[in-house]
Amino acid sequence: MNESVTAPVIELSGVSKFFDQFQALREVDMDVRLGEKVVVCGPSGSGKSTMIRCINRLESHDQGRIVVDGIELTHDMGNILAVRREVGMVFQQFNLFPHLTVLENCTLAPMRARKLSREEANRVAMEYLERVQIPDQANKYPAQLSGGQQQRVAIARSLCMKPRIMLFDEPTSALDPEMIKEVLDVMVELAKEGMTMVVVTHEMGFAKTVADKMVFMDHGEIVEVAPPQTFFNDPQSDRTKQFLSQILSH
Amino acid sequence: MADAGTSTALAQRGRNAKKPPLLLLWERSQRSPWVASVQFAAFAALLLWLAMLGAEQMGYLWQWYNIPQHFFREVDGEWIMGPLVKGLLVTLQIAAWCIILTLAAGLVTALLRMSDSLTGSALATGYLELVRNTPLLVQLYLFYFVISPILGVDRFWTGIICLTFYEATFVAEIIRAGIISVDRGQWEAADAGGLTRRDAYRYVILPQAVPLMLPPLTGQIINLIKHSAIVSVIAVTDLTTEGRNLIADTFMSFEVWFTVAGVYLVMTVSLSFFVTWLEHKIKVRT
Repeated sequence: MNESVTAPVIELSGVSKFFDQFQALREVDMDVRLGEKVVVCGPSGSGKSTMIRCINRLESHDQGRIVVDGIELTHDMGNILAVRREVGMVFQQFNLFPHLTVLENCTLAPMRARKLSREEANRVAMEYLERVQIPDQANKYPAQLSGGQQQRVAIARSLCMKPRIMLFDEPTSALDPEMIKEVLDVMVELAKEGMTMVVVTHEMGFAKTVADKMVFMDHGEIVEVAPPQTFFNDPQSDRTKQFLSQILSH
Repeated sequence: MADAGTSTALAQRGRNAKKPPLLLLWERSQRSPWVASVQFAAFAALLLWLAMLGAEQMGYLWQWYNIPQHFFREVDGEWIMGPLVKGLLVTLQIAAWCIILTLAAGLVTALLRMSDSLTGSALATGYLELVRNTPLLVQLYLFYFVISPILGVDRFWTGIICLTFYEATFVAEIIRAGIISVDRGQWEAADAGGLTRRDAYRYVILPQAVPLMLPPLTGQIINLIKHSAIVSVIAVTDLTTEGRNLIADTFMSFEVWFTVAGVYLVMTVSLSFFVTWLEHKIKVRT
């Protein structure tokens, strides 16, 4: 595939998703280019989590096309695994493996899915644990760490797969306020290094700092897409205005 | 002003003050481990005395001194195994094979039942509902009189296969319950990391599910050992069969059945202790 800066690495066209009768996504179209940082926001139940979970097929879409890194997501398990190897994901609830140490959390997927040797996987893991500034916790178990540290481990764990794209699903929503900054700092660093990122978050300060593109969703639809400057200062849709006035009012 | 703790203590003393001293003493004695031990010993002694009394009334002649030779016996300076030990060895063999096969079959059934394959889950569900809802004894007769002659399997393996077939249904449900108790986020993290389903089970899900399964699995394996006595109806020479044959020879029904029950008890209780130790050892960190 052509890797020029303008080629989209994620393409969603006409994507719909149903949970029984409830339609979670309504013909969503979205492009993400290599190196682009996209921040997705919207009220709860607007379909933003569902949308990014479709990108690595944690949810399957019912209509439309999703192409990630040149691979179309279908029921083909080989394709799904290939996409998941290139796409890292960080969850709201961290989802670290509680029975494995921090280091083992970071080496499991590279050893199994990338077939790295243990030495190589350990080396890569220590490199990323240093990047998120917790190399000294490598032999502890997740339960022994604070929430902020756990989320940084989760980021390091994803990075160990050397993904081309990182998805963040409300990465700071389960954190105590004083731990949000340490996680956002890591994410800002990552953005500066040029990682392609799709971030679902309510942290508007973070969005203003790193986003190339803001996406506002409501009722399963993309309502507005704009650069942060326009999005925050001159929103076009009434629904966006209302949402922004609610979350920026205090 | 008294703080909350003191006022509670005062209220307690106030309530106790109204009770007669004998009642207080009785209530306090109920909490002592010594009193509990004496109560237990007294109850056990009463039961034993009733049993002895009953046997005496029947004119039963106790011959406990005759039992040890049916475990081991010295012939010409050589120790040879008596029928009870031979039977015990057969029971242990049956139990060992059944435990291994039951765990394997249970795991396969549970995984099939939870798989995306419609055929797989229909097969597993059909097997579960059919086998766990019919009596083991009837299944044993079916295997022994119908299936074994067709396939040419001997009675020892007929017993093992039939027991496995029956116990695996319960084990499958225990395993399934353990697996679905693991948080959904663990599956998602394994999937997002690009692990195959097999690797996700092996490295992420089962290591967390097994500690949850251990207590009910132990109960099921103890059941399996006890249920293995049923192979005596197809004349496999296990502990129960040997016990019955011994009674036919010696007429010591009380002593032999007590002894056989005791041997089963030793097997199952030691298994319980082993698993308690194992659980402690592999306790999952959370």
